[in-house]
Amino acid sequence: MSKAVLTGTHFMNGDEACCEGALAAGCRFFAGYPITPATEVAECMSRRLPQVGGVFIQMEDEIASMAAILGGSWGGVKSMTSTSGPGFSLMMENIGLGVCTETPCVVCNVQRAGPSTGLPTLVGQGDMMQARWGSHGVYEIIAVAPSSPQEMFDFTIKAFNLSERFRVPVMIMADEVVGHMNERVVIPSPEAIHLVERAKPSVPPEQYLPYQAGPEGVPFMANYGDGYHMHVTGLTHDERGYPVMEVWAQEQMTQRIVGKIKNNLEHILDYDLVCMDDAEVAVVAYGISARSARGAVLAAREQGIKVGLVKLNVAWPFPEDFIRDLSGRVKAMIMPEINLGQMVLELERLSQGRCPVSLVSHPGGGIITPGRILAAVRESLKEAA
Amino acid sequence: MKYWREPLDLDRIKVTRGRVTVVLDRCKGCEFCISYCSRGVLAMSKKFNRKGYHYPEAAEPAKCVNCHFCEVICPEFAIFSEDISDTAG
Amino acid sequence: MTPPTTAAVQPVHPQDHLLRTDRIPHIWCSGCGIGIVFGALMAAVMKSGTPLDDVAVVSGIGCTGRMAGYIKLDSFHTTHGRAIPFATGLKLARPQGKVVVASGDGDLLAIGGNHFIHAARRNMDLTIICVNNFNYGMTGGQLAPSTPFGAKTTTTPLGSPDEPFNFCALAAACGATYVARWTALHVRRLTNAITEAMNKKGFSFVEVIAPCPTAFGRRNKIRRALDLLRFYYDRSVVKNQLDPGEATIDFDHSLAVGKFLDIERPTFLDHYEMVNRGEVEAWPATGVDASAAGKRKAG
Repeated sequence: MSKAVLTGTHFMNGDEACCEGALAAGCRFFAGYPITPATEVAECMSRRLPQVGGVFIQMEDEIASMAAILGGSWGGVKSMTSTSGPGFSLMMENIGLGVCTETPCVVCNVQRAGPSTGLPTLVGQGDMMQARWGSHGVYEIIAVAPSSPQEMFDFTIKAFNLSERFRVPVMIMADEVVGHMNERVVIPSPEAIHLVERAKPSVPPEQYLPYQAGPEGVPFMANYGDGYHMHVTGLTHDERGYPVMEVWAQEQMTQRIVGKIKNNLEHILDYDLVCMDDAEVAVVAYGISARSARGAVLAAREQGIKVGLVKLNVAWPFPEDFIRDLSGRVKAMIMPEINLGQMVLELERLSQGRCPVSLVSHPGGGIITPGRILAAVRESLKEAA
Repeated sequence: MKYWREPLDLDRIKVTRGRVTVVLDRCKGCEFCISYCSRGVLAMSKKFNRKGYHYPEAAEPAKCVNCHFCEVICPEFAIFSEDISDTAG
Repeated sequence: MTPPTTAAVQPVHPQDHLLRTDRIPHIWCSGCGIGIVFGALMAAVMKSGTPLDDVAVVSGIGCTGRMAGYIKLDSFHTTHGRAIPFATGLKLARPQGKVVVASGDGDLLAIGGNHFIHAARRNMDLTIICVNNFNYGMTGGQLAPSTPFGAKTTTTPLGSPDEPFNFCALAAACGATYVARWTALHVRRLTNAITEAMNKKGFSFVEVIAPCPTAFGRRNKIRRALDLLRFYYDRSVVKNQLDPGEATIDFDHSLAVGKFLDIERPTFLDHYEMVNRGEVEAWPATGVDASAAGKRKAG
């Protein structure tokens, strides 16, 4: 059996499943800093990476961790870090560097309740807008939202594949409950795992333009040591990678790094539909709240209530067209999330009054029970009648 | 060259000869090369380059011994010297 | 007025093969010392004998941070203060590489100070070149961690109330294996120092005292680059092997320059591999005698 891919059925927590998913995806460099409730990802990596010839390093803070994985990725090694809210805040500047330099890497955020130090050991989903907008300037990002240890494994592989394909930092927006719950995790054989590797240039160095749009708008990426002698900068740059302090270069660069996400939504967006065929009410949910929502939907169906679930596996980019269309087909949309209203703003923005949108919120520290969601479904149907 | 005493092996020493070249448009006129040329080869030109700086020129080219100091002290990669011992005889 | 002169064919400078010539002239001011250090770095890259594909130059933000943009090698211009952790990732991903960090004093030792001390502690195999011009030049000349006590900057208009760091002492105290300081005018010795630092296995640190006539000199009554270059040189005293703790930057008595430290110590990767092979004895090395527990009285 491959040491990197522990094929078989396991009982492990979500943080460990994230680590195993990363190793199965080919991650061989991890730089991190301990933080509850993400520490187990780093602990698992520190034990496992030496077994597969990789390197683990505990850095002096999350700023350094994020910078180090960007370096690791340019060194040609799939790299990741993991953290929680306070560390995620510290990583934001270098996430922006990753976006601007188009560096494939994965950042796992096992969310806890905030703001600030908040409730370190208790669940939250309050970093969702930060994941999208937390670094300054103009950009698009990809974020996946696992709701179980199995999805921690599967979506970590997905995160690496998306980051290599689109050359963008990909966030794994997990939460404390998903990170700490122990469940069955099935790890397939290596052959059954589809992996994506960054596209490398084939032209000779003198013809190489490191930031020229390639397939899907994504430039070919030379690694450090490949002999291309490229320049990589967080300054606004042209196709040569040279800093250009001009508006046209800003326009060209930002349109491309935004466009490579926005123009490839069919390859990125991912959501599951549960009981949605005849649904009059749609519960849209992600992460641990999607599991509560699933319970609520199944319970409601037993009572004959026509409600369905849209489970967001990819939270960013948001499935705008789908939600816009859905808002014209259902009587109400409901978003349960462990914050006081973040992703629900997307529903409100996209529905444009075509259907009422309601939030089932929790300030953090506990999950939203299926009962609360079910009550909100009943309430919305009462109002629609 | 003047010596305060004549070296015993003067007849065996071969002083190299050099030729300085200025990459005119890179120069920003800091004068480092002129000030630190140990042989006084260089002087500021009265002319300007494209960026509007005066640049050095070899006022006494025959004195250059190809020590390369102008080359290494130039912050602009705008001056260098080459060995011409063979051609200068 | 005489019209500007331009050569019909631009002569080829011996360092052009390492320069992104399409970006030259660079942005540094007339008389700035960074260009001299950059030239010394390029010379050292050649002298060190490192295959060019193996060299990476990483920099942070600021005037010196622009070095990475002018060298025709794999080069990374990162965020403010984060060149060292970025370089750490590069090095660990590609251990055969030779990773050089070239940045300014503010970048490396103010905003990046935490990364500096920890990379030195781990003995990360990096070559750090710190251009110390005593202020933040890019933003117009503000207080830096190196600004001399009493010196004027735009944020210390009456003179700096801060005590500056001694970077060489700091590097040595934190575990660096090679520590040297030269002024920009010591360019040949500087080139040798960078070459030695590149060929040194471990965290090697070269500080270069360099003139910033535009932002620093101008506010401190040494306006001409030539005067500032000479000012630093004239006050320098070569003291090789001097205890780095005593290698002060004292403009009145002794601005110590020289090679202060050159020692051997296993690098982070050496130790990482030893630990992973099980070659490191469990801590504490002397073992624990359980029977002796509680016998010695506390206090």
